[in-house]
Amino acid sequence: MDEAGSNSTLRIALIGNPNTGKSTLFSRLSGIHQRTGNYPGVTVEKRVGSSQHDGLAIEWIDLPGTYSLVPRSPDEWVTVDVLLGQQAGELPPDGVVCVLDASNLERNLYLLSQLLDLKIPVIVALNMVDLAERQGVRVDLQQLAGQLDVPVVATQANKHVGVDDLLSAVCQIRKIEQPSQSIKFPELFEATEINLARELEHLDPPLHLPRFLLQRLLLQDDIEVSQRILGEELAGRMQSQLVTLRQSLKSEGIHLASVEATSRYGWVGEIAKRAVEKRPVSQVAISWADRLDRILVHKVFGTVVFLGLMLLMFQSIFAWADPLMGLIESFTGWIGEQVAGVLPEGLFQSLIVDGVIAGVGGVLVFLPQILILFLFIGLLEDCGYMARAAFLMDRLMAKIGLNGKSFIPLLSSFACAIPGIMATRTIENPRDRLITILVAPLMSCSARLPVYTVLIAAFIPDKTWAGGWIGLQGFVMFAMYLLGIVVAIGMAFTLKKTLLRGASSPFLLELPPFKVPSAKTVAARVLERGGSFVKRAGTLILSVTVLVWAAATFPQSEKTQQDYEFAAAELKTEFETDSNSAEAYESAMVELDNRFASRRLRESLLGRAGKAVEPMVRPLGWDWKIGCAVLASFPAREVVIGTMGVIYQLGGEQDEQSQPLREALKQDRWESTGEPVFNVPVALSIMVFFALCAQCASTLVVIWRETASWQWPLFTFAYMTGLAYVAAFMTYQIGNLLGA
Amino acid sequence: MIATLAEMSPGQVGRVLSVDGEENAVSRMLEMGLTPGVEIAFLGTSLLGDPIEVQVRGYRLSLRKLEALKVKVDLTSSDPV
Repeated sequence: MDEAGSNSTLRIALIGNPNTGKSTLFSRLSGIHQRTGNYPGVTVEKRVGSSQHDGLAIEWIDLPGTYSLVPRSPDEWVTVDVLLGQQAGELPPDGVVCVLDASNLERNLYLLSQLLDLKIPVIVALNMVDLAERQGVRVDLQQLAGQLDVPVVATQANKHVGVDDLLSAVCQIRKIEQPSQSIKFPELFEATEINLARELEHLDPPLHLPRFLLQRLLLQDDIEVSQRILGEELAGRMQSQLVTLRQSLKSEGIHLASVEATSRYGWVGEIAKRAVEKRPVSQVAISWADRLDRILVHKVFGTVVFLGLMLLMFQSIFAWADPLMGLIESFTGWIGEQVAGVLPEGLFQSLIVDGVIAGVGGVLVFLPQILILFLFIGLLEDCGYMARAAFLMDRLMAKIGLNGKSFIPLLSSFACAIPGIMATRTIENPRDRLITILVAPLMSCSARLPVYTVLIAAFIPDKTWAGGWIGLQGFVMFAMYLLGIVVAIGMAFTLKKTLLRGASSPFLLELPPFKVPSAKTVAARVLERGGSFVKRAGTLILSVTVLVWAAATFPQSEKTQQDYEFAAAELKTEFETDSNSAEAYESAMVELDNRFASRRLRESLLGRAGKAVEPMVRPLGWDWKIGCAVLASFPAREVVIGTMGVIYQLGGEQDEQSQPLREALKQDRWESTGEPVFNVPVALSIMVFFALCAQCASTLVVIWRETASWQWPLFTFAYMTGLAYVAAFMTYQIGNLLGA
Repeated sequence: MIATLAEMSPGQVGRVLSVDGEENAVSRMLEMGLTPGVEIAFLGTSLLGDPIEVQVRGYRLSLRKLEALKVKVDLTSSDPV
């Protein structure tokens, strides 16, 4: 599947702790030739790049930033599998470049020590040497290389320093031997490890495992881990023996949870003692970053700055994106008109204009919001602020069972759940990430706004209090937003207590030093997220829109067509006699078109479906037309306004400012009783339904992509639709009781 | 003097004695460098006093009080900064 087949292409994996400048280095090394995707079955992003050096083709694999190689979940196994060449469909890498942050060498060396135990060729890129010097930390390169017994290259990825040296070293990687370093564990542990290795080597066929995997077998009391390493059959056979080994280690006083960390940090300490020189704290100048930081994590000032930034971000997503969204809308509208002018009127034209172009436009219109949001997130992430935001918000988010890192994704979801869900990638804890993804669509996104606006303007009295500052209409709008938040909190809490129970992992967050964000890294991220959104969601929403178009168009009755032609001809003769009423003729034609559009809809599959669901939506106070509009707006909830326009015989071109639609809604009567269909409880019931329902195919597709399973988008759809139905039912019934 | 990490006040420095708690949490904390014997400085707390921020092995780490309560620190073996 990958074009890495040829022998001359070097495959090099890039690994490192988060915040080491690894992504910047990756951009430097692979330039613009980057591809991203997902590893199959997991939520780990696969990032691959390619470049040429000295006539040698190099393929770069950027592994996710991590503090440790210990695999505790399928996601964390990906890194180990890629490094050992066990990832399905991929060749083993020729070697690995481990990026170390010079200013934070000890914790970075911990990861390297695990890498050395995997026994694959390693080159160290010692990054951020300049930052380390400013913090009073000097690393002796020669000493370090000697101690580690692997090539070490000093780099400053952000300034393109040392990148060529690194490339030259990488080109020689096939000549590098397996690492010779051996990290000292307690003697008894090492003896047990060696015995186990021997036993596996004497199997038929023999199994040669690197130290790191032997340690996993002894340290991780988890059958899934041994199955991964030994295979199901062998793991079953060796299970009791491994249990005995662990028990005897324990009885000899070896603490299995801590022996690895203490041994490795012991080794790290020895290396650091020889290769790192620290100036006393008093001689280190306090940097601008430190001073800024004392304010930004301050209880009071930090919170004020944070709220200000969030307000700016939220505002920009609404305000800055709006003109761009308008532009995209008028552009797709213009294209539609042009195409409609060229193609002959008929089914094909309708498919292209109302189905394809309107469908693609409906997706593209979210692009400005996504790009702006990711520009913000990219900048905040790259300069190091994101960690501070998570630090400040953690306590509040912990109250609903999430952690600080969930805050930004949830806030973003008020603009649009799609970028919000994509932003959850910064949450390392898989369960917290999943819960955040599942409740994010409950935040009232900008696509709900048109629905609220139309119904509030039409049915909620324009009462104000306190000198015009508090209005009933604004209050209802606020209540809709609040409803989403309250339900999301309840849902997060419930999920944590029921479906997604289990051991929680601790909240451990590094607060990296502030730095000037790299334009290249931020731009790459913004473009990549925007591109993947257009590509992935665009293909599915397009097909769904075409399906809805088909359902609203077919089957067509010949009788209706004949009646239409008859009526049109009649209208024409009627106005032919009167030459100065071209305008009146025009408006009569529009009225006729709309009347027949409504009749065709009634006869279509969608219209029949609307009639069929009427008994189900009656308890919510809806008639078949509303049911129809709700069904048609499954791909994107804002479609409901246009659909209502069609249903109420006004043509498809309705928006939230439309006077005629509001009037038509007010005029609508029940066929049986002659009572108005719409009243305040009905309007509220529709609003509540739209506040809570999952009427957005793009969101469901993104959930599918981010969770790598169909189960979670289906779950989201089911729980949100269920909640929406129950809440709308209660709203209508209670509203009726109060009104009566 | 021995205290838990959660009880330290800003500016205080100490040496980690032990890390307890649920196994997964313990090994994650150890991996982040909170091993027995390491020097640790308490920097401050977030809004509402939780989570806390510490300096360890030359970098800054934030953790919740829930976990910090399980970290025993010897405050006598280090000089205050």
